[in-house]
Amino acid sequence: MTDTNQTPAKGQDFESSLDKSDKKVAEFEHRRKGLVDGLQHLLHLNPTLVPVMVLVVSVLIFSLPMVTGGKFMTMFNLSLIMQQVSIIGVLAAAQSLIILTAGIDLSVGALMIFSAVVMGLLGVNLGVPSFIALIAGFVVAIGGGLMNGLLVTRIKLPPFIVTLGTWYIFLSVLRLLTGSQSIRSQDIDAEAPILKIFGSFISIGSARITFGVILMIVVFAVLWYFLNKTAWGRHVYAIGDDKEAAELAGIKTDRTLLTVYMASGAVVGIAAWASIGRVGSISPNAFAEANLQSITAVVIGGISLFGGRGSILGPLFGALIVGVFESGLRLAGLDVQWQVFAIGWLIILAVAIDQWIRKVSA
Amino acid sequence: MTTPLVQMKNISIAFGGVHAVEDVSLDLYPGEVVGLLGHNGAGKSTLIKILSGAYKADAGEIWINGKKVDIQSPRDARANSIETIYQTLALADNLDAASNLFLGRELTTPFGFVDDSRQEAETRKIMARLNPNFKKLKEPVSALSGGQRQSVAIARAVYFKARILIMDEPTAALGVHETKMVADLITELKKQGLGIFLISHDTREMMELCDRVSVMKNGQIVGTERVEDVTEDDILSMIILGKNPKAAA
Repeated sequence: MTDTNQTPAKGQDFESSLDKSDKKVAEFEHRRKGLVDGLQHLLHLNPTLVPVMVLVVSVLIFSLPMVTGGKFMTMFNLSLIMQQVSIIGVLAAAQSLIILTAGIDLSVGALMIFSAVVMGLLGVNLGVPSFIALIAGFVVAIGGGLMNGLLVTRIKLPPFIVTLGTWYIFLSVLRLLTGSQSIRSQDIDAEAPILKIFGSFISIGSARITFGVILMIVVFAVLWYFLNKTAWGRHVYAIGDDKEAAELAGIKTDRTLLTVYMASGAVVGIAAWASIGRVGSISPNAFAEANLQSITAVVIGGISLFGGRGSILGPLFGALIVGVFESGLRLAGLDVQWQVFAIGWLIILAVAIDQWIRKVSA
Repeated sequence: MTTPLVQMKNISIAFGGVHAVEDVSLDLYPGEVVGLLGHNGAGKSTLIKILSGAYKADAGEIWINGKKVDIQSPRDARANSIETIYQTLALADNLDAASNLFLGRELTTPFGFVDDSRQEAETRKIMARLNPNFKKLKEPVSALSGGQRQSVAIARAVYFKARILIMDEPTAALGVHETKMVADLITELKKQGLGIFLISHDTREMMELCDRVSVMKNGQIVGTERVEDVTEDDILSMIILGKNPKAAA
């Protein structure tokens, strides 16, 4: 009797203690895994979080008196940074549209100069009414986008190759048109001052807000709205995600892609107009690195090069990060090459984070 | 006799020199489930993709409700009330469930913007019916489990009141419980008078769910039989040998 009574009692004791220890181990494992997973998950939902954090931290560091002697965190300097990134920012918006569809556009910088040169040649050298010169510039920009888009959708060439080709083509045509001659600032002022409208500014205290900076913010706001609130935007993301799946879901993928390339071209036209105001003159040799800088802003801004993921606002932060580094390091008295060095690492880090986020699962 | 919902007549398609589907005819009646069986590469998915508009047949005709139709794209198929659940699910991984459900057919406000709140409400409604445990409406579908992703794909097909449903391996990625759920759904849709083409490798499942099964091999139909007229072994030998034992007898 006592034996049979004891056995189940022992068994019960044994079971309950086992149960306890098991639970603890499981909880610990779960929590550790949960933290990393949670972060991965959070970044997956908010791909702009990383660039925003990098921007905030870098602004805070450069604001420290021992780093820049208090010269960084002034209204004048902050507004100057905005001005400096405004052209690359708008160009990065154009680039983002293409990258969201899992493409890449190597021609945006050349197309921007091409468009600006056409505006200048017509409006200044040939004395055509300014608004016609502007329209012609936009026709060139949208037409260039259309050309890229047609080659990508109709002939099914990879965007990388298409835009590498059109980069050369646009550059050569614009140099042939201008004979590699710049259009001088005074001539623009005399003949077609409207071309420089985005260089005008309003002063608020020591801050100088140029129309170009306002334009950049408007461009991003409008694109954000279209990408997030319209069916077209939904389709752009779906195509970048998986073009075949999008087609099976009934989306006219090629037609949508064509509109994306044309929209991107239109934004390039906006950048072209703004660039005249920013630089003052129109030089066929300006913005030689604009292409790579636009891609840099997009990548640092957390838009996936594999397409379909990232917020259009990311590249705005990406461009600002580049501007903040450049200004901060200069004010700290360091060689500008350290900015180049830092941006290089940021690109690698951004893509590494993207790869990690891509592995997110249930 | 009722008009068949779908008649595929003498369909052929070749990729390069390979005849993926050769002179195949198949029909489907309202309230009927027709299963397609065969080895990988037998031509089942290709045949079904012709009906869903993903591929264009080189030869043959498709008749819907007794009328000849021209299906050039997935949009044409949808216009003919044909919905498809693809083996690959064809979801946009970075969009949430509602965006996927309405992809290509977004609900919009009078101003032409996507009506997210209405889409979400509709998604909630249909998900409550299909998969009551489904809660992750705001997450990109890449963050969902295989079964949850499957239910998004199924919801997309069912929501738009399809009359012809194509299901390509709908249970391949699912657990026991979810498989049962899909089976119940098929039975329910069948009662509502839909016609369903079902592709699967699971012969036993097919015997339970289907009214008729067609076996394909090398792009051709080996035979089409009512399930009550054949045994599982008959079907298996049709798949393996490529001959219909009943026709031979």
